[in-house]
Amino acid sequence: MATFEPAFTLRGDARVRRRRIVNRLIEAIATIAALAAVAMLGVVVWSIAKRGAGALSWGFFTESLPLFGQPGGGIAPLIVGSAILVGIATAIALPVGVCIALFLQEFASPRVRAPIQLVVDLMNGLPSIVIGIFVFGLLVYGHPQNGLAGAYGLAIVMLPLITRATQEVLRLVPSAQREGALALGASRWRTVVGVILPSALGGILTGTVLAVARAAGETAPLLFATSIYATTVQWDPRHALPNIPVQIFIWSESADPADHKRAWAAALVLLLFILATSLIARAAFVRSRRKLSR
Amino acid sequence: MSTLPLTERLEGGRRLRDWLGDRILLLLTFGASAAAVAVMVAIVYKVVDASHLAFSKFGISFLWGTVWDANPAKNVFGAGTLIYGTAVTSLIALVVAVPLAIAIALFLSELAPRGIRGVVGSLVETLAAIPSVVLGLWGILVMGPFVADHLEPWLHRWFGFIPIFSGSPSSSGVLVAGLVLAIMVVPIVASISRELFVSVPDELEEGALALGATRWEMVRGVVLHSSRPGIAAAVILGLGRAMGEAIAVTQVIGAATDIHVSLFQPGDTLASRIAGQYQGAVSNVQISALFYLGAILLVIGLVTNLLAQLIIRRFDVQRAGMR
Repeated sequence: MATFEPAFTLRGDARVRRRRIVNRLIEAIATIAALAAVAMLGVVVWSIAKRGAGALSWGFFTESLPLFGQPGGGIAPLIVGSAILVGIATAIALPVGVCIALFLQEFASPRVRAPIQLVVDLMNGLPSIVIGIFVFGLLVYGHPQNGLAGAYGLAIVMLPLITRATQEVLRLVPSAQREGALALGASRWRTVVGVILPSALGGILTGTVLAVARAAGETAPLLFATSIYATTVQWDPRHALPNIPVQIFIWSESADPADHKRAWAAALVLLLFILATSLIARAAFVRSRRKLSR
Repeated sequence: MSTLPLTERLEGGRRLRDWLGDRILLLLTFGASAAAVAVMVAIVYKVVDASHLAFSKFGISFLWGTVWDANPAKNVFGAGTLIYGTAVTSLIALVVAVPLAIAIALFLSELAPRGIRGVVGSLVETLAAIPSVVLGLWGILVMGPFVADHLEPWLHRWFGFIPIFSGSPSSSGVLVAGLVLAIMVVPIVASISRELFVSVPDELEEGALALGATRWEMVRGVVLHSSRPGIAAAVILGLGRAMGEAIAVTQVIGAATDIHVSLFQPGDTLASRIAGQYQGAVSNVQISALFYLGAILLVIGLVTNLLAQLIIRRFDVQRAGMR
């Protein structure tokens, strides 16, 4: 009885085996790469938490900046200053950004849309140090440093982020809602204000929160505008405002280990704020998108 | 009959309000868009205009002049050293980050189970949320010493015959700056590449698998092949980010005034020189020279972004044709 002899075998073939091994190897490399990126995040966050947590205390949040060479001190002026700077920047960038997105998605013809969209994208790609020297040249050179110039720089950073996020939710608003409102005889602006914006509100807010998280950590736009300031809490944005990122930069350049300790603690506060806000915003964004696309 | 019926009078009032409302809304939104264009034009104008003094003094040779001397007696400035530093640090960042980022994107789009996909994906994006000043602080106090104690001696031992790995290890220098930049570039390239890979039509992937390709052969032949222009755009955007980063580089690069062959030695880049001199600029010529650096960065930023946009636009058309 003749046995069945296949002309080729899959299992034993050396070439097939080699292909499988190469495949496995690449899969392993890709997995390791992803793990490495996650590990990198873990290492950065962990080393900041480990070094920063020790210096955190009630006084650290409530006291003024330490005078040169003195021990102790806190970051209350930095928190207040950063809040004012980011607050003003948001007050500028949010309405303007939403309006640009409305224009691009609801009104502009394709021929008008293309160049404006390009400008928004280019603004998003500007190195932030260029924004920094721009506001320096425009608003600071020849004047004393002031918080308004810094806030204006941050607004330029936030504007394209808010515009893009708003455009994305506007695209998700079902056209049935838009057409329904128009078919009922509502005018364009009533449709926008009464139907489209309320639907998009959640997405706009989360986009804004993400932009705030980004602006809170931006150093370069502030470096030339508001980096030489008093050690006490400042409320007037017409003067230089102490702020967290610039102070971390200054402390990290210092030779004094006590300043490094303060830098770690301030970095931990900033990082916690940014991670918390961006995680919450991301979760909310996923939810609001699901609600819209239902 | 001199008065209209009530409903029609109301209608008339409403029509006027609607007409007005539409005009106001259009004007408002158009005005905001025009303002954005105006700001962009103002940025270009201001930066170029303020660099005029340095340009008239040093001309185009500013680009390769290697002397940066703020001494009032000399007052000579050139960007040669900085352009070299920018190129080298960005190159290191890309060499390290691009393969890593593409591997991550492949893991996220082709390998990872659904549950892990979202978690790992958002963790990689969180890496991009770390402010550069915080990453720079970590770079100078944690990563720098680690690189000086372990990585650089190792490189020196095995590759010391190559000039770039010669010299004694140091915790701040070009290599550390390149590595910090790599951490910033990875999430950018990874998230763009992932979207590219996910958008490869399933029929193509399944076709390759059905023909007997292993997963890697499918990835190489279909996923990577059809995403090449998109990956190029992602790399260009990452390059733009690396060349424009100022703060973190200033913290770790050590602000050298001359070119060192060894990557272990300090250097300086266009962006970090601007940031490093935020308090130190004394003369008008020096301030103008900083704006000149800014103008170079502006051109780099605009060109890289335009190029990436162009590639993506053409690529989108091509992809649309493939469906």
